[in-house]
Amino acid sequence: MELVFSQILDGLSIGSVLLLAATGLAIVFGLMGVINLAHGEFMMLGAYVTFVIQNMFRPLGASVFELYYLVALVASFVVTALVGVLLERTLIRRLYGRPLETLLATWGVSLILIQFVRSVSLAMVLGIGVTALLGWLAKRFMPSSLKEASFSSYLGGAVWAVAGLLGIFSINIFASFGRFFSNPWFGPRNIDVTAPKWLQGSWGSIGGIELPGIRIFIIVLSALLLAAVAWFLTKSVWGVRIRSVTQNREMSNCLGIPTDSVDSITFGIGSGLAGVAGCAITLLGSVGPNLGASYIVSCFMVIVLGGVGNLVGTVIASMMLGIIQSIIGSGSLLIAFPDMPEGLRAVTEFFATTSMSLVLVFIFIIAFLQFKPTGMFPQKGRSVDA
Amino acid sequence: MKLFKRLIPWILLAFAFFILPAMADKDLFGFSQFRLNLFGRYFSLAFVALGIDLIWGYTGLLSLGQGIFFSLGGYAIAMHLLLVTKNDFTTGANGLPKFFENYGVDQLPFFWEPFWSFPVSIAAIFIVPSIVAGLVGYLIFRNRIKGVYFSIITQASLMVFYHFFNGQQKLVNGTNGLKTSTTEIFGMQAGSDDAQLLFYRITLILLPFAFLLCKYLTSGRFGDALIGIRDDEPRLRFSGFNPTPFKVIVFVVAGALAGVSGALYTVQSGIVSPQFMSISMSIEMVIWVAVGGRGTLIGPILGAVVVNYLRSLVSEALPEAWLFVQGALFVFVVVLMPDGIYGWFTKGGFRSMLAAFGLAKKTATYPKLDLDESAQSESASA
Repeated sequence: MELVFSQILDGLSIGSVLLLAATGLAIVFGLMGVINLAHGEFMMLGAYVTFVIQNMFRPLGASVFELYYLVALVASFVVTALVGVLLERTLIRRLYGRPLETLLATWGVSLILIQFVRSVSLAMVLGIGVTALLGWLAKRFMPSSLKEASFSSYLGGAVWAVAGLLGIFSINIFASFGRFFSNPWFGPRNIDVTAPKWLQGSWGSIGGIELPGIRIFIIVLSALLLAAVAWFLTKSVWGVRIRSVTQNREMSNCLGIPTDSVDSITFGIGSGLAGVAGCAITLLGSVGPNLGASYIVSCFMVIVLGGVGNLVGTVIASMMLGIIQSIIGSGSLLIAFPDMPEGLRAVTEFFATTSMSLVLVFIFIIAFLQFKPTGMFPQKGRSVDA
Repeated sequence: MKLFKRLIPWILLAFAFFILPAMADKDLFGFSQFRLNLFGRYFSLAFVALGIDLIWGYTGLLSLGQGIFFSLGGYAIAMHLLLVTKNDFTTGANGLPKFFENYGVDQLPFFWEPFWSFPVSIAAIFIVPSIVAGLVGYLIFRNRIKGVYFSIITQASLMVFYHFFNGQQKLVNGTNGLKTSTTEIFGMQAGSDDAQLLFYRITLILLPFAFLLCKYLTSGRFGDALIGIRDDEPRLRFSGFNPTPFKVIVFVVAGALAGVSGALYTVQSGIVSPQFMSISMSIEMVIWVAVGGRGTLIGPILGAVVVNYLRSLVSEALPEAWLFVQGALFVFVVVLMPDGIYGWFTKGGFRSMLAAFGLAKKTATYPKLDLDESAQSESASA
């Protein structure tokens, strides 16, 4: 029984990570109908930000190093939120009302982010800088007659293409300066983050069951953040605006709510939450550039199961997913109930690996949708599409 | 001129069928057997792209799970080849495919049994994926799940199949997949140049049939219903149609095409593995259609060949660059070229670019109307 309890604790902490990630995804999806396939990569970015912060704190001495994780939490939120806002302003904004296409475009972004993390080096950063500078200069000093010509958009595209090629060319030049320029910062390998001492080990025990600090911390963290998000959405001015746009975009726009800014802010918050989730994941094990792929489908499942735009549904769904996955996947049911009937035992054994438990969970969800196609807590609406 | 335009695809097809193998035979212009084999693979991927075009381009349902049907087709042919081939590479001591030895399996799993027979296996290539597609499709469409939800659910189904095939070593060799290159077919080794040339020819012979099937489905009342579902499903429902059977049928056809595609691809690449069911592979299939031009039937074929050829070229020159190129391709096509290459030429994108540079007459309304002299003179006289 103790084993099952500790598995439930494990499941709760996995569920909490899912919850953090899925909340961000759910807010964005509920507001804009946008499926952000790069969401998993925002988690990955958050994890890498944590790694960078850790390395920056390392030379500062042991006592200061203990605090790095708190800074990393904030930094991972801020950095991924900024990347999210940038993505929204440059790309998502152009794809309104075309959710399926946003899905494809964000998948493209996720590919770029994965490869970027793998191969980013000083030379590459400088090369991107060169491209941006050239593009900006060309735009700044282009004669206005050309800017107003009928072919200006094609010309702009050509200018950026040339700037991009020059940027790639300059990467090669910078890379030839030496290893300091050409060495990738992270490379394709996994990175490891050391949890600070106050998180390692046990935080006491209840009834003889140890409470591992990291797991409890993650659960508490996600509970706090969820409370903060709930407060933000219900009590703050921008939160109310976000909810209003979620309910009816056109009407909100008519009433003077700046839907543009609402979109940017929402996307930023959603991405930032993914970043924090990534920061939390670093405590659970080593992370690599492919981190996002293993979480993104589960996040979607949480949203589908919980119903869109509903925080309570998201909480219940992610906890259910986490606990089922952890209890069945670890095979602890087999140990806890050694004398279960033969048929049930065979089934339990069959699904007693992490990936097979995922299979079971997905099958369960698809079956569930047969009875409740809009999730546990559907949004009420009067549209024929619902 | 119009006739010539219609003939272009067929001329290209004839070129690929007759000239390319001859070039590969003589190694002309650096076009080797290896390249020919690669092109055979690209053409076999065109089948799955056609299927995706049917469900996405015409019906508006973005399936991210075509990898399921693709792999099922591949596994069907690979299981047959592994069973009937008896040589030292593929057959273990107990007469079963060799990989079973690694896991101590000495009894053939029951679902392998039908694959002893060649006709059954060939039928299974498209019937098994059709059945799975029919089941999945019926369960999803019956509940009117569509749009993004449909994409997510198909992706989750893909993950179910992926983890299942990945985890079951004793049944289908898990992660390692089934290797077909050392098996024998029609008395030839499947990996040999002769067999590969045969596969190439079979692919190119089947491709027009797949094309004509899609053409038949998308023209006429059935095609109109599909486009109706894409453009305004509630209205279709209100006019007394039940969209569910249409969607299920088109999903089944797409699944069958994916199965054929998977089988052809498997014999030409020499292996089928759960990697065919990875999330990325299925999304890539969608982008071939998007690049080629969705809602047209030439587009997906063009896209599958062009994108995969590009992929080969880029990964040979700069392996790390491919993900950047691919990512940029996704973004570029979706934002700037939603009609794809073929659509850009046929749906006015090319013309409007020429017009922007002053090389073609500007058209205010529809090019067809604006540039038709008889229509113009009529409107002038009226």
